[in-house]
Amino acid sequence: MTPRVPSTRETRIPGQVPGNLPSTSSPAPLLLKEKGPGVEVIKLKTMDAFFFQTFWISIKLASLTTIVLFCVGIPIAYFLTYSSFRLKIILQALVSMPLVLPPSVLGFYLLIAFSPNYWFGNFLDQYFDIRLAFSFTGILIGSIIFNLPFMVNSIQNGFSNLPVSLKDASYTLGKSRLTTVFRVLLPNMKPALLTGVCLTFAHTIGEFGVILMIGGNIPGKTRVAALAVYDEVQALNFDTANKYAVFLFLFSFVVLLFIYSVNREYLKWKKF
Amino acid sequence: MEEILIELHVRKTIHTTNVDEILDINIKIPKYGFVTFFGKSGVGKTTLLKIIAGLTKPDSGYIKVGNEIWFDSTKKINIKPQQRNIGFVFQDYALFPNMTVKEHLLYAQPQKETKYVSELLDVFHLKGLCQRKPDKLSGGQQQRLAVARALARKPQILLLDEPLSALDSETRQLLQYEIIQAHKNFHATTLLVSHDVNEVFKLSDFVYVIENGKIQKQGNPDDVFNSTRLTTNIQLEGQILNIEKNVLIVSINNTVTEIITTEEEISNLKVNDKILITVKATNPVIRKLTDIEISKVTYFPM
Repeated sequence: MTPRVPSTRETRIPGQVPGNLPSTSSPAPLLLKEKGPGVEVIKLKTMDAFFFQTFWISIKLASLTTIVLFCVGIPIAYFLTYSSFRLKIILQALVSMPLVLPPSVLGFYLLIAFSPNYWFGNFLDQYFDIRLAFSFTGILIGSIIFNLPFMVNSIQNGFSNLPVSLKDASYTLGKSRLTTVFRVLLPNMKPALLTGVCLTFAHTIGEFGVILMIGGNIPGKTRVAALAVYDEVQALNFDTANKYAVFLFLFSFVVLLFIYSVNREYLKWKKF
Repeated sequence: MEEILIELHVRKTIHTTNVDEILDINIKIPKYGFVTFFGKSGVGKTTLLKIIAGLTKPDSGYIKVGNEIWFDSTKKINIKPQQRNIGFVFQDYALFPNMTVKEHLLYAQPQKETKYVSELLDVFHLKGLCQRKPDKLSGGQQQRLAVARALARKPQILLLDEPLSALDSETRQLLQYEIIQAHKNFHATTLLVSHDVNEVFKLSDFVYVIENGKIQKQGNPDDVFNSTRLTTNIQLEGQILNIEKNVLIVSINNTVTEIITTEEEISNLKVNDKILITVKATNPVIRKLTDIEISKVTYFPM
């Protein structure tokens, strides 16, 4: 016997064909009404499996987003801090856009971009056989763009809080820009780097709108914990929703607590 | 005639809070010399050092060091600071918080020469501290490390930007001596920025006085400061607290003094005016200060 029941819900995403959804969807075990020890056991097991699978996707997404953004964020932040290029203010504004832009707007445009009906999506489809809409790679790209300000702004703060003379001193010792960044600047702004990493990771875990728009809430593929809360509430499974919610709540709290305590330690150390 | 190392003529507009001032400096510095740029803060002494180091770009002019041209606005040459063989000691030292004393010196060397590192550690009395990071060093030790780090690259030119201004007078005197030693031992042409006359006298063999963006005076410290500072008069600055007929009550160095003069002489003075009192330095009463009295004399930098 199987406890799996076809999903009774469908996430309403523009352009999404219900047939695209894998048939394995649904945390349905909670919908089972039958009593009996056997059913109860399977129900629990499946519930846990779903639960962990969803969190696993969340963590995978957040880790990859953080790793990519860490590598991309350092050069962008460096440029924004030290460049005397006049138009850099435009780049600064673009980087910070996701802070004020409704996630649905970003999600909408990404969805359009990824759609094979438009040139970019079509190009990817034709030449690389890649379809980004409703895929994990798709939500990863969305999440990288959406979290850009959290990483870049933190690192940028780190750079601008360092005395300029540190950079100058390293230059007068004959060291190149790259050596200066890796041997002098970055090692002396660890709290800023840590803040960027933690904020990005935590914020990706909590991301909702963009992923819903371009990911399509496909279990095992693009359904993350934050979406699961919404989904379970829609299905009136308040217990399960609560389970996800408590985890997310505690997780966010612990991450912020960690960032603040580390930075406080650092400030004490820095006073000399 | 001494061999000239640095030939320089640069112009740079300095934006200050009040007015934009034009720094226009034209100098020739001999090899192995110890030269001081003297002047009030904000006249562009530090800017001048940064221009030589390549950290600030002048508006126009040229800098020639030996046979190399470091900067020439007409030929659009501007060599990067990395390629100028200099050592720079910053006013805030700019030590790297993530590195130990030894790591600082090793980082500064183009090729690792452990022998030279230990020589530097010896000369600057840093041997016992070589595993410490800057936050575990005293002000004097930090300053020594900053000089040692600047010398680790074996620079042709050593630039010192008010290196002793943050230290108390005792440490300052000790380090002045060390800087002289370093200058002699390591054969670097040294350019010092200072606003302390004592320091200029002790350290340098040539001084440029910068005022209003230009060199106003130059020569050896004796010549430059003789005309203004070595007189047979004692000059005191004071402020008038009160005037009673022909008696002035004046505050001089926080001591209230009564000065008897003629009514004519003080007719154009009023309370709160700042005045200069000149007294002939012939046959004054002189007594040696006791140690307690010395400790009460506060050091006032110019």
